[in-house]
Parts: sequence; structure tokens; C-alpha cells
Amino acid sequence: MAVVTQVVQSEWTKIRSVASTVWTLSLAVVVTVALGMLLSALANSQFSRMPARERLSFDPTNISFAGMTLGQLAMIVFGVLVVSNEYSTGMIRVSLAAVPQRATFLFSKIAVAAVLVLVVGMVTSFAAFFLGQAMLGSHRAHLGDPGVLRAVVGGGLYMTLIAMFSMGVAAMLRSPMLSLGILMPFFFLISNILGNVDATKKIGRFLPDQAGSHIMQVVPRAGDDVPYGPWGGLGIMGLWVIAALAGGYVLLKRRDAQ
Amino acid sequence: MIEAVGLTKRYGDKTAVYNLSFQVRPGAVTGFLGPNGSGKSTTMRMILGLDNPTAGSVTIGGFPYRKLPNAARQVGALLDAKAVHGGRSARNHLLSLAQLSAIPARRVDEVLRVVGLQDVAGKRSKGFSLGMGQRLGIAAALLGDPQVLLFDEPVNGLDPEGILWVRNLMKSLAAEGRTVFVSSHLMSEMALTADHLIVIGRGQLLADMSVTDFISANSADFARVRTPDTDPQLREKLSSALTEAGGHVLPEQDGALRVTGLPLPRISDLAHEADVRLWELSPHQASLEEAYMRMTQGAVDYRSSIDQKAGLQQPLPPGAQPPMPVPGQGQPGWYAPPPPPPGGRPAGLYGAPGAPGAPYPPAAPAGGYGAPQGPYGAPQAAPNPYAQPAPAPAPAPAPAAAPAPAAEPAPASAPAPADLTKPEDAR
Repeated sequence: MAVVTQVVQSEWTKIRSVASTVWTLSLAVVVTVALGMLLSALANSQFSRMPARERLSFDPTNISFAGMTLGQLAMIVFGVLVVSNEYSTGMIRVSLAAVPQRATFLFSKIAVAAVLVLVVGMVTSFAAFFLGQAMLGSHRAHLGDPGVLRAVVGGGLYMTLIAMFSMGVAAMLRSPMLSLGILMPFFFLISNILGNVDATKKIGRFLPDQAGSHIMQVVPRAGDDVPYGPWGGLGIMGLWVIAALAGGYVLLKRRDAQ
Repeated sequence: MIEAVGLTKRYGDKTAVYNLSFQVRPGAVTGFLGPNGSGKSTTMRMILGLDNPTAGSVTIGGFPYRKLPNAARQVGALLDAKAVHGGRSARNHLLSLAQLSAIPARRVDEVLRVVGLQDVAGKRSKGFSLGMGQRLGIAAALLGDPQVLLFDEPVNGLDPEGILWVRNLMKSLAAEGRTVFVSSHLMSEMALTADHLIVIGRGQLLADMSVTDFISANSADFARVRTPDTDPQLREKLSSALTEAGGHVLPEQDGALRVTGLPLPRISDLAHEADVRLWELSPHQASLEEAYMRMTQGAVDYRSSIDQKAGLQQPLPPGAQPPMPVPGQGQPGWYAPPPPPPGGRPAGLYGAPGAPGAPYPPAAPAGGYGAPQGPYGAPQAAPNPYAQPAPAPAPAPAPAAAPAPAAEPAPASAPAPADLTKPEDAR
């Protein structure tokens, strides 16, 4: 176990000593919160003009997380860079020469990054909620309302899981460009399309972000008939994360450290 | 102690390392030599457990690296000086490595002082020169004060002061009883640093011997003496006469004799006294670099050749001669001394205009007397102890005079009766 402490310390030094950590994480906070506030303000001013059907299913909590679609991209970049930096710089050889136990190395690294993301994600989520609600005026929700606290905490967990998923993918692909080139368009476009087009909806809603984002909904969307609840959705996302990390680990263990 | 047994590594259908077995002992600097792409770095990575061998095994102190208890405190390695996150400062880079193996943080400042980077410790390593990066890599290797040290090309990019420093560092580490394994493609550097040499080419072991042995086996000056092969008794006769006079005689594959310990004129005199005709008496000298190149010559993967510039050149005006190539460049087999041709004589050696159908047996390397290169190898080689200044032969075999006049006089200065059989223009 001593080794785990050592790796955790070392990884913390690595994470805090590069500029990309500060940039990606602060970008995630700013984008998520600012966009959430903007859309909340917009919803507030347009509320009276909304059709009745939308007004009935209006979810004030979820609208303050609207910035998450963009903010998660910064989290993905963070997750990818944390892992693939080792490969793009060649540090992986030095690191693995120092810690031949590859499982310890990989999972300690991911744990350090995940804890950091969890803290930042929670801060983001709560900030986005409170500032978003402030913009909503009379339509606002309260933290004490049923399901709201779950959604806000879930927002932080969602960000953490998406970053961890990216770390797993980066551990499998190794190259930062390749990882980002796949993850960014996938989560920004493809997953949304698959989850909303009728033909692919049934499969699309089991994709990690589609399933996971249900945790941030308090009022179910009109016509939404997903076969899982908010926690079930987050669980599905968790399975994706486990699969990605396991894949990353198996490949790291078997492959030469290039 | 590092021990490799039958180490083999294949990438797809390319074999990077094949059946490599060697030992690296403590208390000495062991040089690991080979041309580019010969498998040095692959071997180093396998020693460190970074690459899995396809077959065979390598152990450090009896353990495979991945099973080594507290590996980072026992083994330090410099694999790639550029393996640093450019945005991280030198100190933080070393600190993360120190924490990885539970080394106290103050050791970081210690090694930074050792390698002389204390003034730039807080700077991002992005701005480091190759030499500074190399020093940072060496600092990382020294961090855990390990008993076994591996350095892959440590002097790359270092200035002369740095090279000298690395050389002394390696020696002092070995003097403390540590195992030091240094790869390089520079024989000259290894000759000064290493005590023991492991030479590989195309992933296979070419030599595993002490530097002293390597030098005595490869770089001694010697004379090649050839007696008429029509009469084997003459050879025996000369051989015993030379041995009696204190020379050391080694028979070569094609029947020539390799003589050390006697100057050329003395050999000639002895032959004259023994009444033995000589067909060849030629001086040879090999530097360590040349010996190494000769050894690895067949195993070089990436070989440069002469730039023909055909695509750039104007057609020559009629009657003009094309420029002569620089002697030796890009021509295989010019390293001195040439290996004795295995059985028989290479054909066409004397086909040059200067010596048509010369009746005496060939003794020179490929290219012979007619080619625009020194017959005895590197034309610019170190001062030849046997060579005497002599006028270059008048009818030069090629349009431009042969650029190694010093190489010609050996036969001429040998007053052997065999001289008469020579064509006039070759004398």
C-alpha cells in the first residue's frame, strides 16, 4: 500500500505542475456556469411565450445545467490529457520503470485525477444550480424540493464520470489527438443525434452521456419513456466507465510501454 | 548484475533483438555498442520491463524487473532525455519521480546540483537544450542512488565539458561497485569510458569482451606478408624465421601471414636472409573505431550513399571527366584493415587500366590499386608507421591521380626478388 501513497503523491505533483490542469478545469467551471446562467435567464424571459405543454414539463433545475453539454468537453480534454500526456512525452517509460506494478500506477493516477474532478465538478454543479436559479426568478426551484439535491449532486458525479471515461479511452488509445478526435465529436454531436433520432433512440439512450444526464433531470421530459431512472442512468454510465478503465488497464498491462 | 538469456524481441515480422545473451557485471562500466536500429534501446527497455520479450528473459540481481522489490531504488535509467512534460519545471519533474519511489524531496535539489541544473530548476523543461535535457535525464537516473544504472546514449547533445563529466561520472559510479550499462554508437567514446564491451548488430551479439581485449584483438598495427602460394614450404620457412626474430605470426584464411612486432624493413630483410620471395608485404593499421565499423559493417541497417545529384546536374560537355568521388565514401569495404577474403581472390581487382592482367595475386581489399581509394583502407587514417613517402606512379590508373600515394610504396621498398614479376607501372 505504500506504493499507492507514493504514486498518489507523485501524480498529484504531476497534475498540479502543468498548466493544462488549471486551464481545462477552470474552463469547465466557467463554461458550464456561464452558459447555464445565460439559458436560465433566457428561459425566464421567454417563459410566458412557451407553449403550455413545455410550460408544464419545465424543469428549472435541468435548465441551469444546460451549460454541461459544452462544459463536459473541457472535462474530456482534462481526462484525456492527464493520461495521454504520459505517452506523448514519453514519461510513461520513466513512470513505469519506477512503478513496475502497472495496475497500481494506472488506477492511482486515475483516482487522483478523479478526486480532483469530483471536487471541481461538485463546485461547478452547485454554482451552476444556484446562479442559474437566481436567473430564473419566480420560476426557480429550491434545493429542498424533491429530487433537486439529487440532480445537483448528480451533476458533479456526471462530470466526474465523463472525465474518468475519457481517461479510460485515452489509456486505450494513448494518443491525445486520437482520443480527443474521437471523444469530442462523439459527445458533442454523435451521441446527441443517436439519442434523439427515432431510429436509433432505443440504443442511443444507453450511451454514457445520454444515460448519465438523466440524473440532472427533476421533471421527466414530456414523452420520455426511458426504461431506467435517474440513478439507473448514472449506473449505466458507471458501467461504461468501468469498461473503459478495464480496457485501458488490460492494454497497459499487455502492451509494451511505448 | 544484469543477465540476459536468449533475449528475443519481434515487432510483427521485424526481429529487433535475436537470441541475445550477456551479463553486465558490477564494478565496471559496460559499453553497449551497435549501429542505429541494432536493438540497443529495445534491449534496454526489456531490461526495464517496459517491453515484454518475445522469448528469453532478462533479470537484474536475479529478478525480472517487474518483480524487483522497490525497483526504483535499485535501478536508475536514462532512456530518453526528451521524456519530460515540457510544461513542467525540472524540479517538479524530478519531484514527481522522487515521490513515485518514496525518495525525500531534498534529494531532488541534491541531484540537480550534481548535474548542474540548480539555476534552472524552476524553469519549464520545454526551453531546455538537448544537453540540459540530457542532464535532467541523468539526474532522474541518479535520484534513487541505485546500484544498477542504465544510460541510453547519455552523451548525445552534450558539450565537451559535459561529455567529460559524463565519462567521469560513469567511471566513479562503477568504482563505487555499481553496475553501469551505457549504450552508445560512438566507439571512440566507449573506448575511453567503458571497461567492458557488448557489441550488437541487427539485434545479435557480435562481441562480448573487455575493452583491452577488444583493442588488442582489433587495433594492433600489423604487416601482411604473402609468399608465393605455389610453394607452401616458403611460407613455413618464413614463418619460423619471423617467429625466431621475435615477431608474432598469425596465418590468415587465404594463406597470407599477419605479422606483428616486427617493422616492415626487418621482415623484408629476414625474408631475404631466409631466401623467401614475397608477393606482398603491406602495412596495416586499424583504429578501434574502424575495428568496430568493420565488425558492425554487415549489420548496419541504415547506410548512407553518395549523393549522385543526377537530377540536378547539367549534362557534361563532351570530353569532360566527371568529378572523382571522395575516396572511401559510401563504398563498402574500405575500412582498414580489410578482413581477409574468405578463400579465393575477389575477381576483377586488377582490372583497372594501370595493371591489366597483373600476374601476381591480389592482396588488397575490394577496389584494389586501380580504384580511387587507398588500397589499405581509410586514406586519411592515422599516421602509418610503415609508410614511406614515395613518388606516385606516373601513369595514374584513373583520370585523377590516386589520392593515397603513401599507400603505394610498400611493395616498391621491399627488395624481394618477386619485384621483377611486377608490371613496370605498378612499382
